[in-house]
Amino acid sequence: MKVEDIVRILDAKVFAGEEQLGLELNSACGADLMSDVMAFVKDRVVLLTGLMNPQALRTADLLDIKVIVFVRGKKPTADLIEMAKEMGMTMMTSKYSMFLACGRLYEAGLRGGGVREID
Amino acid sequence: MKLKFTIPSMDFSAAGKASTEAKRFLSRLGLDPGLVKRIAIAMYEGEMNIAIHGGGGGAELEISPEKIELLFKDNGPGIADLELAMTEGYSTASEEVRSMGFGAGMGMPNMKRNADSMDVDSKPGAGTRVVLVFNLAKAEPS
Repeated sequence: MKVEDIVRILDAKVFAGEEQLGLELNSACGADLMSDVMAFVKDRVVLLTGLMNPQALRTADLLDIKVIVFVRGKKPTADLIEMAKEMGMTMMTSKYSMFLACGRLYEAGLRGGGVREID
Repeated sequence: MKLKFTIPSMDFSAAGKASTEAKRFLSRLGLDPGLVKRIAIAMYEGEMNIAIHGGGGGAELEISPEKIELLFKDNGPGIADLELAMTEGYSTASEEVRSMGFGAGMGMPNMKRNADSMDVDSKPGAGTRVVLVFNLAKAEPS
């Protein structure tokens, strides 16, 4: 799935990284706790989160995540937009809740994600 | 080659900067991207632990031909029950810290999972010292 498909499916507004709309992704991670992102992340990931602070971007940057979606209509501040541009990250906001945003992407065919066994 | 980082206590605008800097440095050395990501995750978790629980401290990254060693030292209260701290999902983080996106209880497990070895030395009242080792792949003999 391309980044531009994600923008369309999530009815999202893009704030940074428009040049990466053609980038191909194959998995997603929806989380508000950043250590959970670190425990589960795969390659070519879009991160969906309700956490809007520099740590969300730093976590994504450390994991080579190039696309971040803020759910529930949260708009990033100018500082965060600037930070995303410096990191070469595409940043967008979707009007949908986490549940609906993840569900819409899954339904549209984005199926990759981390799975952990229960001990 | 050794890199040293100072990690301030509870400074969420600075937290993560040391790991980001270390990751850039390791990438420039031309190390395997998968290995760089493992080190970056482990370092970020250690950095956040020191900022949140450790009252500040420091990290040292030592690079040799065989391995990369990552040492963390903090000035904190120490870990009362190490087994519990290593349990996925267990966290003593405050509500305030959780609202910042931390306290998933995955920090120390994530450090262990990404390193080739982990050694923790901690006593209540005496701070915590963690050593992580990442082995570098040996070149085939020519």
